[in-house]
Amino acid sequence: MKEEIIIAGFGGQGVLSMGKIVAYSGVMQNQEVSWMPSYGPEMRGGTANVTVIISDNRISSPIVHECDTAIILNQQSLDKFESLVKPGGILLFDPNGIINPPTRTDINIYTIEGAEEAAKMGNPRTFNMIVLGAYLKLKPIIKDNNVEKGLKKSLPQRHHALIPMNLEAINVGREKVKEYKL
Amino acid sequence: MGELKLRKGNEAIAEAAIRFGCDGYFGYPITPQSEILETLMVRKPWETTGMVVLQAESEVAAINMIYGGASCGKRVMTTSSSPGISLMLEGVSYLAGAELPCLIVNVVRGGPGLGTIQPSQADYFQATKGGGHGDYQLIVLAPASVQEMHDFVGLGFDLAFKYRIPSLILTDGVIGQMMEKVIVADQEPRWTDEQIQEISGEWATTGKTKDREQNIATSLILEAEEMEKHNHKLQAKYREIEKNDVRYEEFETEDAEYLMVAYGSSARICQKSVEIAREKGIKLGLLRPITVWPFPTIRLAELANQVKGMLSVEMSAGQMVYDVKLAINGKIPVEHFGRVGGMVPSPGEVFEAFEKLILGGK
Amino acid sequence: MSLLEIKNIINKENLVYSKTKVVTDNVMHYCPGCSHGVVHKIIAEVIDEMDIQDKTIGISPVGCSVLAYNYLDIDWQQAAHGRAPALATAAKRLMPNHYVFTYQGDGDLASIGTAEIMHACNRGENITVIFINNAIYGMTGGQMAPTTLLGMRTSTSPEGRSVDLHGYPLKITELIAQLPGAAYVTRQSVHTPATVRKAKKAIRKGFENQDKKIGISFIEIVSTCPSGWKISPVESNKWMEEHMFKLYPPGDIKDSEKADEDPYKK
Repeated sequence: MKEEIIIAGFGGQGVLSMGKIVAYSGVMQNQEVSWMPSYGPEMRGGTANVTVIISDNRISSPIVHECDTAIILNQQSLDKFESLVKPGGILLFDPNGIINPPTRTDINIYTIEGAEEAAKMGNPRTFNMIVLGAYLKLKPIIKDNNVEKGLKKSLPQRHHALIPMNLEAINVGREKVKEYKL
Repeated sequence: MGELKLRKGNEAIAEAAIRFGCDGYFGYPITPQSEILETLMVRKPWETTGMVVLQAESEVAAINMIYGGASCGKRVMTTSSSPGISLMLEGVSYLAGAELPCLIVNVVRGGPGLGTIQPSQADYFQATKGGGHGDYQLIVLAPASVQEMHDFVGLGFDLAFKYRIPSLILTDGVIGQMMEKVIVADQEPRWTDEQIQEISGEWATTGKTKDREQNIATSLILEAEEMEKHNHKLQAKYREIEKNDVRYEEFETEDAEYLMVAYGSSARICQKSVEIAREKGIKLGLLRPITVWPFPTIRLAELANQVKGMLSVEMSAGQMVYDVKLAINGKIPVEHFGRVGGMVPSPGEVFEAFEKLILGGK
Repeated sequence: MSLLEIKNIINKENLVYSKTKVVTDNVMHYCPGCSHGVVHKIIAEVIDEMDIQDKTIGISPVGCSVLAYNYLDIDWQQAAHGRAPALATAAKRLMPNHYVFTYQGDGDLASIGTAEIMHACNRGENITVIFINNAIYGMTGGQMAPTTLLGMRTSTSPEGRSVDLHGYPLKITELIAQLPGAAYVTRQSVHTPATVRKAKKAIRKGFENQDKKIGISFIEIVSTCPSGWKISPVESNKWMEEHMFKLYPPGDIKDSEKADEDPYKK
């Protein structure tokens, strides 16, 4: 098994930490992982993206020119990364703020109303976990108990009280993910 | 057997510093390596191993603190990124001249000038050809994974003390910022005063006792005849290192008809390019220098008898390619491919360059 | 048998003075009338009297005293120009029970090394700084220093230092006295037996302060450079008193043990 994921959106949407949870979960199930962030000016409010690879075998390049899954959270990232999804791969996006939706017909496209669902849950910070839930519904590469372990590893101790809420958000994402019709 | 962790390359260096019994870290913040000092300040090793950690007022001060600490026979290190390393080079030349062991890390970013904070390998010349003034070399280790970022802290110190020479870890923002699994070493104790006497007592400034002459850490030798002798001594040491401590790794070279040469993050990207080539039935291999100084010249010369062409891949305008060409000495075509200014090539892009520059000639 | 025969004079009971063993037998390269030799000697005597030869690390600068390690029989580190306080910072932090001092001239400390000395003082490193201020670059042949007096002729201020062209002389010792990490800041000279005794007391206090861990001790020695000033040793002493002391008056500037007026420490 090898899964190459690009997660991209605005800085502050939890893009990097979503990737971190996926990476930690991969470690929990004894797989090889790499987590390669864009860094720098992006960290300070611009666009942020991270490439996460989970594999049964040694990972050669942490930099990819195509991916199995792209998780897209804003228009700029959609414009930049739509073309990088391998034919037959998955593009998951939050339609909130998307003016020019994806157009490719050789990939599987899904939406998750992450921002809206997070607002409904009364905590906008659950946004990235809702999106993660949607992804895990489409690609159940991580077992449930490993997601919880991954959350524990990647969150500082002082935030462990928030884990049940995060798990709930993941479940919301699983339920609300929808196929996107061109 | 140490613990398994998921860590950024920069964090792995900080963790390794503590675990390999480093006595002192002196550094100044600069992107993309500030996590090293940040991690150390959170870990507070002065409360556990007794390691000193200090944020210096500048890179210039930091490297001179290294000179002060190294002179005492202590295991000291500093880390920075390209512009900061440029500032340190006077001190590095002094360290080399005074034959002081220490560890320096350069998490390279795009230049010249203030440049960019994105990854680059354009400091290769500076690292492998001395960098500062005078005839000198550093041992230069080029990690290609977070695990190697960790391991080379220990290796760098070992080699530094083996030869009384500064070691440099030459890495970049890709390896510094990415997270991978890393098995961290078990905690090694710092050297005791007795161990320091045993290892470095002949030269370390630990206080002149009645039973020995003064120890003086200096790079000043005013008489030219004496300075020439000192230079010959340094050069003899460098030849010894070239003989004993060249390190490299090969991928798919056994039956290779073509070869890529790349170090650090570029080598990771090229590994994937080799996989792409092999899927297409092209017999491409990769040689990854682990020490970029001393350079694997002899092995490359051997491979020149086997392969039809070589592509040197670096995130620079073409620096290591000169060393590859010197090793090959005109025997086969050698080309360079690189992105510059902080751009990182993708494996597909590197493969296309290989097709065009090496296969295209046929 | 005459009492004045050499073999009688060198008898132990007739001994009135002996050179401390911390000073080596090497012939000094310093010019006649230069203050370096005297300051070296009193540092050596302090080290001897405190019995800390095996625990003292000296940091020598770039300048005339770059070769100080030839004259004081202790372990030395020779620093790049201006960087001695950085070396001393690391040496002291890594070997806190040793006595670490820097020996720096005005070009080294007050020009190229201003950042390092300011920050070492501001961090309150438990080291001693001996600052030799002779208002000129001696080693390189008499160029203008940051402490060169207005009107003073040097090879790079041949018509005399002027504010327009060169700016003002830097009273760095007064600047340092304002830093909370500086525990003891004093200005001395070594041109008469009395001042030598006072300077030695100040240096001893500076070394003893390292035991108390109260911060940096900064001892400026207003010094002569007959070769650089192009006057005789005797005239140099006079010139120093008449001109240098006006801008750089000897005396204690700060002694935080006596008066703790430091707002940061309250």
